[in-house]
Amino acid sequence: MLRFVLRRLILLVPVLFGLTVMMFIIARLLPGDPVGLAAGPNATAEEIAAYARDFGLDQPVTVQYWRYLTGLLQGDLGVSIFSRRPVLDDLIAYLPATLELVFAAMALAVVIGIPCGLAAAVWRNRWPDYASRVSALAAISMPRFFLGLLLQLTFAMWLFWLPLGGRFPIILEPPPTVTGFLTLDALFAGDWQAFVTACRHLALPAIAMCLSPLATIMRMMRASTIEVLQQDYVMTARALGLSPRLIVFKYVAKNAVSATLTVIGLYFGWLLGGTVLVETVFDWPGLGLYATQAIVSQDFMPVIGVALVIGLLFMLVNLLVDVLYGVINPKVRYA
Amino acid sequence: MTEMTESARAYAFRRGWFRFRQSSLSMLGAVLVLAILVLAVIGPWIAPYPEHIVGGVDTANRFQSPSLAHPFGTNELGQDVFSLVLAGTRISVLAGLGVVLIGTIVGTLAGALAGFFGGWADEVLMRLADLKLTVPGLILAMAVAAALGPGLMNMIIAIALSWWPGYARLVRGEVIARKEEVYVTAARAIGASPSRVLFRHVLPNIVSPIVVKMSLDMGFAILTVASLGFIGIGVRPPTPEWGTLLSVSRSYMPDFWWTAVFPGLAMFVAIFGFNLLGDGLRDVLDPRARR
Amino acid sequence: MALLEIRNLHLAMRSFDGEAHVLNGIELAVERRQVWGLVGETGCGKSLTGLSCSRLVPTPPGRYLQGEIRFDGQDLLAMPDAQVAALRGTRIGMIFQDPTTNLNPAFRIGTQLVDVALAAARRKPEVLGGGGRQAAERLAVQMLDKVGIPNAAERMGDYPHQFSGGMRQRVLIAMALIGRPDLLIADEPTTALDVSVQAQILRLMRSMVDEFDMGVVMITHNLGVVAQSCTHVAVMYAGNIVESGPVRDVLMAPRHPYTRALMQAIPTRDTPRGGLQGLAGSVPNLITPPPGCRFAPRCALATDTCRAATPPLTGASHRVACIHAETVDA
Repeated sequence: MLRFVLRRLILLVPVLFGLTVMMFIIARLLPGDPVGLAAGPNATAEEIAAYARDFGLDQPVTVQYWRYLTGLLQGDLGVSIFSRRPVLDDLIAYLPATLELVFAAMALAVVIGIPCGLAAAVWRNRWPDYASRVSALAAISMPRFFLGLLLQLTFAMWLFWLPLGGRFPIILEPPPTVTGFLTLDALFAGDWQAFVTACRHLALPAIAMCLSPLATIMRMMRASTIEVLQQDYVMTARALGLSPRLIVFKYVAKNAVSATLTVIGLYFGWLLGGTVLVETVFDWPGLGLYATQAIVSQDFMPVIGVALVIGLLFMLVNLLVDVLYGVINPKVRYA
Repeated sequence: MTEMTESARAYAFRRGWFRFRQSSLSMLGAVLVLAILVLAVIGPWIAPYPEHIVGGVDTANRFQSPSLAHPFGTNELGQDVFSLVLAGTRISVLAGLGVVLIGTIVGTLAGALAGFFGGWADEVLMRLADLKLTVPGLILAMAVAAALGPGLMNMIIAIALSWWPGYARLVRGEVIARKEEVYVTAARAIGASPSRVLFRHVLPNIVSPIVVKMSLDMGFAILTVASLGFIGIGVRPPTPEWGTLLSVSRSYMPDFWWTAVFPGLAMFVAIFGFNLLGDGLRDVLDPRARR
Repeated sequence: MALLEIRNLHLAMRSFDGEAHVLNGIELAVERRQVWGLVGETGCGKSLTGLSCSRLVPTPPGRYLQGEIRFDGQDLLAMPDAQVAALRGTRIGMIFQDPTTNLNPAFRIGTQLVDVALAAARRKPEVLGGGGRQAAERLAVQMLDKVGIPNAAERMGDYPHQFSGGMRQRVLIAMALIGRPDLLIADEPTTALDVSVQAQILRLMRSMVDEFDMGVVMITHNLGVVAQSCTHVAVMYAGNIVESGPVRDVLMAPRHPYTRALMQAIPTRDTPRGGLQGLAGSVPNLITPPPGCRFAPRCALATDTCRAATPPLTGASHRVACIHAETVDA
């Protein structure tokens, strides 16, 4: 078990290395003029050259990459041309907001999606099944940014129930940082008012984010439940007099959840990337918004940094899922 | 011999069509997709205000709410939103088709070669595909699109670049599975060349999962195109792309909501149609996913 | 009154190609302490007959056209669902073919046994003597011990994949018997096992019959299994029971042409090289079955009368459904 985890952790290194190479290729070999953009439209040739020198952009690509790689080993992810701050500092500042959003969305998706999928499978081909299948497909088809806009329009602009965007009002004092998650920090500080405020800001973006993973988890759960229901051991359990409730909630649910778990892991990575649009709509100060601003201004150090962080998180979550899978399903051996 | 396989195929088709028709949702998807494809072809010609599509403005009629003359209202430049949305269909369908076709062709070739011959080609390909899995496709597409600059073609290339590994993976897995089937072994035993085995015996048998994935991906590709437009990297105005329309009209939202809601709805309907169709096709064509 | 009595049972199953008439007038009566072997080739309806005894055939696609399944005098087909469900486990037990797929891989076998025992005790308190979970655990260990699992108490915490195939089938037998059923349906209980293990399992089941005072219906396609461990046998062909009676009578003096053909397909020590005979032709299509005797198309003795009407099962204890039964020398 420990060896399995260690081996997987070591395997992360070449993938992360490949990631930097790929992002560097995109950043440096494709046409584009980041320095010109950063220096502004009125900059003279000398100014642009000075800019390029400052950021090492006058060097050959291989030299730039070597510098980046040696820096990376010392925890230096380069400097953002635009914000002029070290990328690492920016990442540390923006990451918790994204994670909080992703965790909130994922929690909603799992808590609603798994029971719905189970119900759809049990009532297969009857109205709860049809209703949930159509709404799942509709949810997957709904562009997140459009849903975000609709939510804003309805709940923030017309009904005035929830804030339009942002993470916490600037005029208020945020709770002292412990985890970086405002909701949790507020709870730790015992500040009920701040907790409610943080939740109200989190609600709309989390709903906009959760819909598509919710639908996918539901569909996956439905499919795997149906598959499990057709297994021989379910027939045996029925033939030996176990009640349908016990069979579904204890026996079938456990088998079906372990199959759905993989999807949850995959979706986590997808959600991390998917925050880009929702963060843009809701002005949520996270990695997605940071990456978008960097990409639009062709400022590539932050983009590589974001890609690295998301890639690393994605792989760690998948590792966690594999370990969990082994706990739920005793037949899996860590080879 | 030929006759028998033909009739078996006809039987399978009849059976599949029967199953497909049984599902009213699949039929709805097929109708929606058909309507979208027709609109993509004739949309710009039947638009009530064709001059607005190519950038003409009518500042006297800014922000008209929906009416008979302007079913979806007018925007900040006085352009008819209905005409813009109609014309946007063609852009989205073209971009979606481009992405899916490029992804399919490149991915199928790469996956088939890797799966069929194995060895180092397989290694390289699979590592690339793994790499792609760890970077969110949208961020990758955004980075490439930003570097390449605005424009429909650049956007298609940028998205397709992050799209083909999905097909490569699918095809590789299927090819590896089919390679060991008895009919392939038999074809080899009677001396068929590798390329004949691959193109005559292996690939035709994996068309179904590819078609299903293409149909399901069409919706997703349209979504990605719109996403890039929404962020502001991608097709620039005056080209009427749904995501771009939405992004511009966002700032006029509470009062002039129609400028944002209708392009968004068009997007939703198009994606929903392709997803319904893809889902129905999968039920019919992919026996393993059948319930 | 027999423990189980199936009368004129007709079952149809719907499929894409049409509705197949899979059971065509099954007649069977099982008493306590009788072990009935139900034999026939794949698709003849023997498993569906077994599942019907606990009403486990899904409807739809299944549809009972007519007939009765009387258990202890009461017709299962006329009962409400809840009443049938109450019989499962406590009155009617079941064992299925493949021990690798019939235990839930994600739960310890102890958990599964205890749950079955608790479910049974809810309807039949004497199973646990009025006790609760602890009594159920004790009983589970006892049952595992009885079916021959060594170190039963320790193995309660093991998962199914930690047992061999034969051991898993023993666990399943323990599970089927833990509620003390009166009737046990065993669907090919030894088919998936090694030959050496088969004999052990059969001996085990045989010893349980007297101890639990139950009737058994053992479904199999292996006449050797029948000869070894059954008291009675019913031979099925394409949805009909064509011959039934005490094992000795039927196997020593088969009277139906199909039974005779089956017997000739078994190699013995005296069979000369090349002397083994198969049966020509194939099982009829059950969506459009041939009129009259369903075996007629493959039967050497068939006449026009055979093709006109289905022959009834006649006789006292050794019963046969063939108008030529008399001409076949006994």
